[in-house]
Amino acid sequence: MDWLTIGSAILVAFMLVMLLPHARRMLKEGREGTFSDWVGVLIPLGAVVLFVIFLMALV
Amino acid sequence: MTAEPTLIRARPAASVLATNKLIRNTYVLLSLTLLFSALTASAAVAVRVSPGAGLLCFVGALLMLWFVLPRFANSFHGLWMTFVITGLLGFGLGPSLMYYLAAPNGPQVVATALGGTGIIFLALSGYALTTRKDFSFMGGFLICGLLVVLGAMLINLFVAIPALSLAIAAIGMLIFSGLILYNTSQMVHGGETNYIFATISLYISILNIFQFLLMFLGMSSDE
Repeated sequence: MDWLTIGSAILVAFMLVMLLPHARRMLKEGREGTFSDWVGVLIPLGAVVLFVIFLMALV
Repeated sequence: MTAEPTLIRARPAASVLATNKLIRNTYVLLSLTLLFSALTASAAVAVRVSPGAGLLCFVGALLMLWFVLPRFANSFHGLWMTFVITGLLGFGLGPSLMYYLAAPNGPQVVATALGGTGIIFLALSGYALTTRKDFSFMGGFLICGLLVVLGAMLINLFVAIPALSLAIAAIGMLIFSGLILYNTSQMVHGGETNYIFATISLYISILNIFQFLLMFLGMSSDE
């Protein structure tokens, strides 16, 4: 195992540790989304998926 | 008696002006930082920067982002720090860009990923701005998704399974696309009032979408 993999692993682990308190806070304080809220998200994300598939067919 | 209605009307107007100013400043700074990081990424490719140096740039940028920028985000120093952070992140992209550019149709893959990222960002940010929907409910879901992606990345660094890489790229694309909706909505609805933080948040989403798209298109091109 090279030092680059170990360095990358330390970096990713560090990001995980830094994000954990934010995740806890956001889960506690965040509001719940309604069904129509989630539909409003799924439409643009679905469009992104289709667009990526189109780009993959293009190259 | 007359002061109250004036006050009621003035508040939203001031709020709308502040939101418009925040959005304008964020997009101007975002454009400039993207141009600057494109320059530093080109410089990294030109000098053929090593993967180790690229990793060190990412580490330096993240340390500045977490420990230095929050102290200066409300002052002029926050501006040049934003350029240093985005410049380092752009420079850190060098080894990855060199890897894809070395492929037979590498320049086409990189150009398509660049254009595709631009279109995805403009479409998602435009959607959040025009519909003015409040996407704040996604915050917890997105950050948990991000933790899952990071955990999977950590495991994949040691096991190196191609299918897992593809799954990470697919989930990562959706998480960072969701984060563009979330961050834009936060600007519109007053959840974010600092344009430096708003710029950095959007920049990181764009950078990650570009990297994941590059991975997808690179795999698709190999087939």
